[in-house]
Amino acid sequence: MTVPAAGDATAGGAAEAEGGEPIIRMFHVYKRYGAKLALADVSLAVSEREFVFISGPSGAGKTTLLRMLYMGEPATDGQVVIDGINLSRLPRRRAPHLRRKFGIIFQDYKLIATRSVFDNVAIALEARGERRKLIRKKVRSVLRAVGMEEKGRALPPSLSGGEQQRVAVARAIVGDPRIILADEPTGSLDAEAANAVFQLLRGFHRRGITVLVATHDTALIRRTGGRVVLLDGGRLDVSTVIPPLPE
Amino acid sequence: MIMAIPRALRDMWANRFLNLVTVVTVALAILIVGAFTLFFVNAGGLLSMWTRQIRIMAYLGPDLEDARIGELAAEIRSLPGVGEARFIPRALALEHLRAEMAGRASLLENLRENPLPDAFEVHMAEAFLGRERVALLADQIAALNGVDSVEYGRQWLERFARLVDLFRLTGMAMGGLFFLAGAFIVANTIRLMLFSRREEVEIMRLVGATDAFIRLPFYIQGLIHGIAGGALGLLGLYAGFRFIIYRVSEDAGLLPVRFLPMEMMGGILLGSMLIGWTGAYISIKQFGRA
Ligand SMILES: Nc1ncnc2c1ncn2[C@@H]1O[C@H](COP(=O)(O)OP(=O)(O)OP(=O)(O)O)[C@@H](O)[C@H]1O
Ligand SMILES: [Mg+2]
Repeated sequence: MTVPAAGDATAGGAAEAEGGEPIIRMFHVYKRYGAKLALADVSLAVSEREFVFISGPSGAGKTTLLRMLYMGEPATDGQVVIDGINLSRLPRRRAPHLRRKFGIIFQDYKLIATRSVFDNVAIALEARGERRKLIRKKVRSVLRAVGMEEKGRALPPSLSGGEQQRVAVARAIVGDPRIILADEPTGSLDAEAANAVFQLLRGFHRRGITVLVATHDTALIRRTGGRVVLLDGGRLDVSTVIPPLPE
Repeated sequence: MIMAIPRALRDMWANRFLNLVTVVTVALAILIVGAFTLFFVNAGGLLSMWTRQIRIMAYLGPDLEDARIGELAAEIRSLPGVGEARFIPRALALEHLRAEMAGRASLLENLRENPLPDAFEVHMAEAFLGRERVALLADQIAALNGVDSVEYGRQWLERFARLVDLFRLTGMAMGGLFFLAGAFIVANTIRLMLFSRREEVEIMRLVGATDAFIRLPFYIQGLIHGIAGGALGLLGLYAGFRFIIYRVSEDAGLLPVRFLPMEMMGGILLGSMLIGWTGAYISIKQFGRA
């Protein structure tokens, strides 16, 4: 069922296979939390327009790996290069501009409980200093795309898990990111809701966005197939390409 | 960036009681400092009014010839700063004295000869008022040949000026103290606002907001605390001023009492804006490190 990738754990193989420039590159990255080594010697390349799963058991370091990409935290050692920018040399004040390349769907959604769905999505554009009229237009359009246009005034705590997840997706996509990082986007959803969110991610990928999905939902991976990067205990295990199940 | 203002206002409205208390506290600080300034402005006015009434009496030596007296008049008038010099012959001075002591005229009746000297009453020209200048002129007059002694309200003037200086110093110290107190109160409020928004602040950071963008509403809040507190404090001061004037209106007609001039009110408002900004700055710096 699984077909080992041609290359090693550096996982450059798929990138070269698709012929794109790597938009994400990690060289021997380590991340330490006190005594705990969350990432150990992780090297990885992801080319533009690729769709990649980061998989592995709970505590493997999936969330930590994503954090290294958007400067959620600095790496303890090693280099991360995003779209040609070496993050270890990027001054802190430039971090906001780096983050605008990403649309991030957090494992815990990170929605503001006291603000409406509309405001929660709009915040990503406000942060970029967009004009109010444009913000209104774009937020309406992404809320429609995720099927939440009726709930613009609702507060996140009044929504179901699947609805909150879709708001998080809307916020990630509203700023037209180059890269989407989705951390367990289907984690707490039933099969139907999970599928809906997943189809949205697929759609963004088809429109040319690079997508990284961290998940331990192997059923989901098997169903859709694609390149999989396996993490275990902070180490890159193998990089495999799983062909999609026949319909 | 314009959107920072509604963001700031919405936050303030959500915590309106806290913000109201902050504004009132700043207003009280401004009120007290303003009251000091008001006193100082008017004390200065009184001082200069009294200085205007100051005259230097130059008492002449005995047995001066009329010609010398005429020369002296010319010499005194030619001194810079002299507005007017009037000769008061001793006979006239005695007459004045008699008139003043009308009830006890008997005291003077037995005088065999007039004990009073001839004198010049010297008034200052407008532009030459001021404590130091009066003193200087008095010395110059005293040095003239034929002048025995000079007299003016020196001690009294100096004591009053010292009092004004003391008030000025106290006012400045209080101003500094209240500035710090106000900034501290604002800082405390903004710290609470920041704390209540920390989740939002963190999320804004993650979606690519710059620090400046995140901080701006909090600076605006501090500035609003400053402006509103300053305006309220000045308004309170004005109300108190009117009330006092109303209560002592009979005397007020005589005294040149006035409210703070425009530019001083502007200065006080600017100062209170600075209080707000400093408060915001302090708490944002602390929050950034946390
Ligand atoms: N901020 C932190 N401080 C200390 N330890 C941390 C921190 N973040 C993560 N860790 C540790 O690093 C390891 C990897 O965590 P991470 O969240 O990346 O795992 P994960 O693969 O995302 O797990 P899950 O599937 O449960 O989300 C874990 O052992 C975790 O306890
Ligand atoms: Mg995780």
